[in-house]
Amino acid sequence: MKLDYLILALKNLRHRGIRSWLTLLGIFIGVTAVVALIGLGSGLQAAVGAQFGVSSTQALTVQAGGLNSFGPPGSGAVNKLTRDDVDAISKLGTVEFATPRNLETTKIEYNDIVVFSMAVSVDDAMEKEMYETMDIEARSGTMLLNDALGRIVIGNNLADGTKNGFDKDIATGDNVLVQDKRFRVVGILKKKGSFMLDNIVLMYQDDLDNLFDYGEEVDIIGVKVKSPDLMDRAKKEIEKLLRDRRDVDVGEEDFEVSTPDAILETVNSVLGGVKAFIIIIASISILVGALGIVNTMTTSVLERKKEIGIMKAIGGTNYQIFLQFFFESGMLGLIGGLVGITFGTLISFAGIIGINNFIGSELLPTIDFMLISGALIGSFIVGATAGIIPAMNAAKQNPVEALRG
Amino acid sequence: MISEIWLFKVYGRLIYIGVSRILVMAKKVKGEEIIRLRNVSKHYPMGDSVVKALSHIELKVFAGEFIAIMGPSGSGKSTAMNLVGSLDMPTYGTILLDGGDIAELDESDLAQVRGKKIGFIFQSFNLISNLTVKENVMLPMMFQGTDFEEREEKAEELLKLVELHDRMDHYPGEISGGQMQRVAIARSLANDPEVVLADEPTGNLDTKTGAIVMDFLQKLNKQGKTVIMVTHDPDLAKEYADVIYWLLDGELDKVTKRCGNKFVDVTKRKKKEMKEKK
Repeated sequence: MKLDYLILALKNLRHRGIRSWLTLLGIFIGVTAVVALIGLGSGLQAAVGAQFGVSSTQALTVQAGGLNSFGPPGSGAVNKLTRDDVDAISKLGTVEFATPRNLETTKIEYNDIVVFSMAVSVDDAMEKEMYETMDIEARSGTMLLNDALGRIVIGNNLADGTKNGFDKDIATGDNVLVQDKRFRVVGILKKKGSFMLDNIVLMYQDDLDNLFDYGEEVDIIGVKVKSPDLMDRAKKEIEKLLRDRRDVDVGEEDFEVSTPDAILETVNSVLGGVKAFIIIIASISILVGALGIVNTMTTSVLERKKEIGIMKAIGGTNYQIFLQFFFESGMLGLIGGLVGITFGTLISFAGIIGINNFIGSELLPTIDFMLISGALIGSFIVGATAGIIPAMNAAKQNPVEALRG
Repeated sequence: MISEIWLFKVYGRLIYIGVSRILVMAKKVKGEEIIRLRNVSKHYPMGDSVVKALSHIELKVFAGEFIAIMGPSGSGKSTAMNLVGSLDMPTYGTILLDGGDIAELDESDLAQVRGKKIGFIFQSFNLISNLTVKENVMLPMMFQGTDFEEREEKAEELLKLVELHDRMDHYPGEISGGQMQRVAIARSLANDPEVVLADEPTGNLDTKTGAIVMDFLQKLNKQGKTVIMVTHDPDLAKEYADVIYWLLDGELDKVTKRCGNKFVDVTKRKKKEMKEKK
């Protein structure tokens, strides 16, 4: 029998003016935000993860200073890592190999235009190992492998005329000026989806050393651990080793050993902040939406006072009239939620497709039925709760006064 | 042989009594009292003063009657109709609906009883504009908990009765005033009530459509429905009603009853009043 009142409520909603529907914007925006956010969550995580270069489960990076210092990783540190540190780390039992890396922001000139980008050194003894830990390969040309000096490999975006700022594609075999010195491009990397890696310039250690004079200093040490199970142990061993070598105590480390987990954790905490922010906005929006429903239902009860009087005259009990308005309010919320879910899902689909295009991943947009039913029930509850007081007011009307209108 | 006749007489009588009992339980027998107002007054507080809308009203409604409550505007007839229809509670006095005091029922129980026993027809039709003609007729049955199929069937039947079955799926805004009032008549009959209470049923209609509506009411009355009509129009009251309660300034001025083609005064006055009149 309650179903009858639900149907009656729906029939009444058919004739609602645009004003009633506008009050649903709050619920709509809130639900859209939540559904889109949760739908996008996994995609965002993958995208941000890629930006940080998280790929292998067996790779560690070591740098002086910390992940959170300003400037290129490792470059801001006072007490730099050295080539001796690299040798010491590679001798650890859990470590398969360790490669030194230097990086520097460099001036690159091509097509008479100057652009700044990150140059990273390649150790001529460990080229393959380094490519492996960075998970990079060439899409055209070759990587630097036993090459002569004066040659570079560049990232995907740096070769792309629409993205690199040179207004012209760079192809393999072209010459570019790096810090006013002529270099030949021998290879172009596959797209990685990371801003840093897609704009990178790879050159031999000696070349970078000639340009910037590093000596024994190393900015980053890339480490490959023998197996994924050994990650934690390797991390601890490297930390202990470097503490001894740099003579610092536990808790006072002026270096950092980052595992993909740790980086992901950082990513997640950043994302968590974004999520919390969006959820706060969504909650406020839903609250405003609920108040909108209270408002529109109160107005509706006043406008339909006569209708309430008629219903009482022809036998409607207080409870029956309450039910009708209560359901009407709940249905308002539900409709707001339904539209919100539709838009939220569309946004998350579009977002996932966008992320796929951007980082070249193959994430599949998913429909979370738990999320959808939760959002639907939630928005019905919000609407119905907002309608309780107006519906009670409707039920309380004195039939004689209500009939007078 | 004699004893057999005797037995037949006894059983025949018993069967007769039994059957008539069942009939009484099923439906009011013509002439039985349905609504009674006993010394009813209704006062409204208005600022510091009290408006005496009705004072000391005695009114009886018997099954099968066509009653008119007559009075000019301000005479208290709307108040009377609210009280007779048990929409409102008297300030003093008692209202008996089917022998039970309505003051003893709570609001919701009263609504249920009202929905079952009294069908309302209003001057301004009072159909619910968001619902179709058929849905409007189905609504009172919904409040009584009748299931959907039965509601629909009954509504269609009633709309056929008021010759509007071709307009069932129209909204009230799409039909004429006369048609709306016929829908209201159909709605008033939805729960098969004992009484149809019509408040100025022709007030918003032209003479011709008004006559059609009145003919429907008369037809209902001929079929045994009790009809109470509230009106300001003495000609209308005299044309259709059997008993007319004349109200004036919130008091019962007189009660007249049809006797052939004429109306005779049947007012029950207190002895003291009678003496004063003489």
